[in-house]
Amino acid sequence: MSVVVKPKLPLAVRVAAAAMLAVVFLYVIPFVIPSYLVSQFATVLAFAIAIAGINLVTGFGGAITLGHAAFVALGAYTTAILVVRYGWNPYATIPVSAALSWVAGWCLGFPALRLQGLYLALGTLVLSITVPPVLKRFDGFTGGVQGLNVGNPEAPAFLPLDDSQWIYFICLVIAALLYVVARRILSGPLRRALVGARDNQLVAAVMGVDRAKLTTATFAMSSLYAGVAGSLYAMIVGFVSPDTFNVMMSLSLFVGAVVGGITSLNGAIIGAMFIQFVPIWASDIDVSLGGLVFGGALIVTLVVIPVGIGGLGERVFIWLCTRLGWVEGARATRAGSEAMGSAQNEPA
Amino acid sequence: MNLFASQIVDGLADGAIYASLALALVFSYRSTGIVNFAQGEMAMLSAYLVWQLMAWGMPLVPAALVSIVISFIAGALLYATIVKPLSHASLLTVVSVLIGLYLALNSLAGFLWTYTIKALPSLFPKAHLQIGSFAVSAETAGIIAVVGVVLLLLYLLFETTKVGLAMRGAASTPDSAILVGVSVPVMLLIGWGIAAALGALSGILVAPRVFLNPTMMFGVIIYAFAAATLGGFDSVIGAVVGGLLVGVVENLVGTYIPWIGPDLKIIVALILIFGTLLIKPDGLFGRRKVVRL
Repeated sequence: MSVVVKPKLPLAVRVAAAAMLAVVFLYVIPFVIPSYLVSQFATVLAFAIAIAGINLVTGFGGAITLGHAAFVALGAYTTAILVVRYGWNPYATIPVSAALSWVAGWCLGFPALRLQGLYLALGTLVLSITVPPVLKRFDGFTGGVQGLNVGNPEAPAFLPLDDSQWIYFICLVIAALLYVVARRILSGPLRRALVGARDNQLVAAVMGVDRAKLTTATFAMSSLYAGVAGSLYAMIVGFVSPDTFNVMMSLSLFVGAVVGGITSLNGAIIGAMFIQFVPIWASDIDVSLGGLVFGGALIVTLVVIPVGIGGLGERVFIWLCTRLGWVEGARATRAGSEAMGSAQNEPA
Repeated sequence: MNLFASQIVDGLADGAIYASLALALVFSYRSTGIVNFAQGEMAMLSAYLVWQLMAWGMPLVPAALVSIVISFIAGALLYATIVKPLSHASLLTVVSVLIGLYLALNSLAGFLWTYTIKALPSLFPKAHLQIGSFAVSAETAGIIAVVGVVLLLLYLLFETTKVGLAMRGAASTPDSAILVGVSVPVMLLIGWGIAAALGALSGILVAPRVFLNPTMMFGVIIYAFAAATLGGFDSVIGAVVGGLLVGVVENLVGTYIPWIGPDLKIIVALILIFGTLLIKPDGLFGRRKVVRL
């Protein structure tokens, strides 16, 4: 029997943890490490946003998607086209990307309702394969194979930041915001409805969960995340081209989601670091090593730790909290287990 | 008119290749209910194997046959080592493992044979067959003939032999098959072996047209997915008809609809897949899935 344990840390521990996170994200990453790594960490944050979207739709919605790069491409090209062709302010394009990808996700959510399981995985995979040729075909608008030069947004003059630190902070703010939103979505009744519809449709339907609405909404939300990630990606790299958003990007994001933990929002950042840094290190050794490591990591993760690195971390954390007694209503739980114990002692 | 006829025939040849890969997908799906996302990469490795055997001095035809036999064994091994242990795993696990396999096999080819393209000679001479005023290249005719013969052999295997009957039984009603003494795991093993061998055939037939490289099956597997979806994932006839249809439609669309042209004809596969799944999810020949509540 699983008991929902809600960790409740003492104030001092919470302050210490928050301070540590703040030091890492606000000081160590932007100011201590070399500058070229800072923009890579900005990419990590963008990937983490897209992976959080996969967590929503695949981990909690139970709909396997192998084509999230399609929505990343939509976001990136929305930003690129608005900036290059219409002279928009790059930051103003982010809400537009978000809205467009939300609508696109809603539209795909409709067939996704009918495409159960494997078929949805297949359909999204094929969708992702189709994206680069379509982008190349409409070259009058998308710039074709040459791509579009978005340019990196410059840091405001009154701040003592260089351009890569500036974009890193923008990504950090947006990622934090979307993380909180996802946490809100995934707590309380909505989480139970999602998990219920994922694990037992019949029971969920009986309890009044409208699976059709829920799946479509989850899909729309998850592609919004991917679209925002795409916008940020376009600004970080300063350039978009069709072959960036190929099927490998889709599969990388999927690998990141599984390795980080498919139902772990905290794991999204670990998964994102994995898909950002592992190929770079691997390609120093051999060009083909990256793919081997990705494939191997996917299989090994599922065999050894199916909940992913983030999921494992969360379990260890909860276990530690229980051991230390840092649990909400600790006394009630103990009383409950005593009651259970006495029930077991009774002769049958 | 001649252009039209030759487009149809070329389409049938492409379609025959798609059909053999779609059949591979159907065989693994029928036996285990899994869409093998790594099927295309396995076929690519089989084609590389032919090249390697030829580099070691073996003539083309024996090399192709040896590669097909080795692929059969590899497919059976894949079932025994990876797929069978997953038979009770969640869908996410199955999909992830197959995607992992896909990535790993793709990189393995790049690791063993590098990413520079290699030429694999065609099984057929560079001649033309003249039928009246209509010329067909020997390769086009040869591909259609080879796939036709293989299909005939498969048909005979399934309809006239005891092994074929046992395999059909194991795929359709495993419980009853066990009761009459069929070893279901062995039959599923053979099913995955045949799937890999069919995939190898498609790889060997397509390699001379697109050159050997680790991504050579991308453009084939997507049409094979479309063919299997159109025909119905559990239908052997459907895979063949679907493959030929996809081949012909893809060629005609690429030639006659300038807006799409050869660069964008991949969208045909996308439209076919989503269209089929939305309008008739079981495909043209697939059996309707009935769920007992």
